[in-house]
Amino acid sequence: MICSAQDDQRIVITGVGLTAPNGDTLSDYRAALLSGKSGVDRYNIRYVGDTLAGQCHFDELKYQKRKELRRGTRAGSVAIYCANEAITNSGIDFPNVDPTRVGVYIGVTEHGNVETENEINEIKAFDYDTKVWSHHHNPRTVANNPAGEITLNMGITGPHYTIGAACAAGNAGMIQGAQMLMLGECDLAVAGGVSESIHTFGIFAGFASQGALAENDDPTSASRPFDRDRNGIVVSEGGCLYILERYSDAAARGAKIYGELAGYAMNSDASDFVLPNPEQQARCMTMALDRAGINANQVDLVSTHATATTSGDIQECEAIRRVFGDSKDTLVNNTKSFIGHAMGAAGSLELAGNLPAFDDGVCHPTINVENLDPDCELAGLVLNEPREKKSVDYILNNSFGMLGINSAVIIKKP
Amino acid sequence: MQTDEIREEILDILESIAPDEDLSTLDDAVNFRDQLELDSMDFLDIVMELRKRHRVQIPEDDYVELASMNSTVTYLEPLMKDIVKA
Repeated sequence: MICSAQDDQRIVITGVGLTAPNGDTLSDYRAALLSGKSGVDRYNIRYVGDTLAGQCHFDELKYQKRKELRRGTRAGSVAIYCANEAITNSGIDFPNVDPTRVGVYIGVTEHGNVETENEINEIKAFDYDTKVWSHHHNPRTVANNPAGEITLNMGITGPHYTIGAACAAGNAGMIQGAQMLMLGECDLAVAGGVSESIHTFGIFAGFASQGALAENDDPTSASRPFDRDRNGIVVSEGGCLYILERYSDAAARGAKIYGELAGYAMNSDASDFVLPNPEQQARCMTMALDRAGINANQVDLVSTHATATTSGDIQECEAIRRVFGDSKDTLVNNTKSFIGHAMGAAGSLELAGNLPAFDDGVCHPTINVENLDPDCELAGLVLNEPREKKSVDYILNNSFGMLGINSAVIIKKP
Repeated sequence: MQTDEIREEILDILESIAPDEDLSTLDDAVNFRDQLELDSMDFLDIVMELRKRHRVQIPEDDYVELASMNSTVTYLEPLMKDIVKA
């Protein structure tokens, strides 16, 4: 159990860097979540045409030169922005940190589709002559690209790689970073998830073919998990990276601690390519609780994965019911209702928006629920308006993905 | 294309490849690498852009001819003499 671990085996969050469709800093993002501000907007992408998406608006040139932007990928750019913001936010004296002891662990849902689609579109204009296929294609599409771009930008010479974990990737990146710290493979981990998925038409076309792409005349109302009138997913881009350290190191330098990783778990459904499995989701949450050494009723806030697909929403609510029963003390919310589904970034972004609850005791709501689906009724569901608790001590963050990959992390108030 | 048009074309390509550089002070006689932050991938970009824009094929053995503006223009003159500047 992590809860009884020695200080050098306890992992804490000491920095947060993020870009979401409705905020490029934790404070702006949190303010948007408390004020009901959506980040979903109209969007157009080749072949698919007019659709909706969550688009980020961070300053790409804050940490990159124009040449670096041109050479790299959008995921790399998102990752570089988040990593630099997280380091700054951590207050660590980064120029004096041993770069060989910094690890970079970035969760991605997918990577490379954007660049491959771009190249195919390019050679189409040359009658598919592969001689004009870019020499940049391979370094842009290797699976480690977003993590590698961080190391190039920041001079980090420790290990770097991405963790491909579908839409559980944000949690998976954080878990990987924590495990590497516990193993002593690094002394500081840059960990979380990023996504550039709105720049691939394939993801929109795929969800549309699956009958799972949201449509709405009002973009801000399009992402509506738990609502009876939902009609699918809003695809978004974004990123959220954490600075993770061992508690002993963080305490020694007097770092601000946002929360401690009390428990985590990952498992598999082994039942379907796309349909979720509440039994395994519940088992995943229970495993995380066991690792944290706490009971379900000690969790104050559950941040759901629900994406606004009928099956996904209902099955996750069923899984939560199995673990938390009818507890009214455990509040339940959903961030995708504000920002859409940020894919590889979803897990880490959704956790980040809830971390300030440790300070203010406020659970941000799930917005856009006008007619609650009866199958999604949960006693602690926070709808449309924030709700305050006396204290928030534990947050459980769910993130699930295709091929039946489940993840849950539990963060404890510092 | 005339000599000055080829130079203009190379400058245009360089502007897209090295957008952070000040090309107004470029010395045509000096190697690009000695005055600009260019690496091997950037030189491949020059080759690729010439291929895309003008269907000019530069064999790998001739890449050394792209060392400076003067050597590049001299090398390209016979290859681009029949190309009409758009």
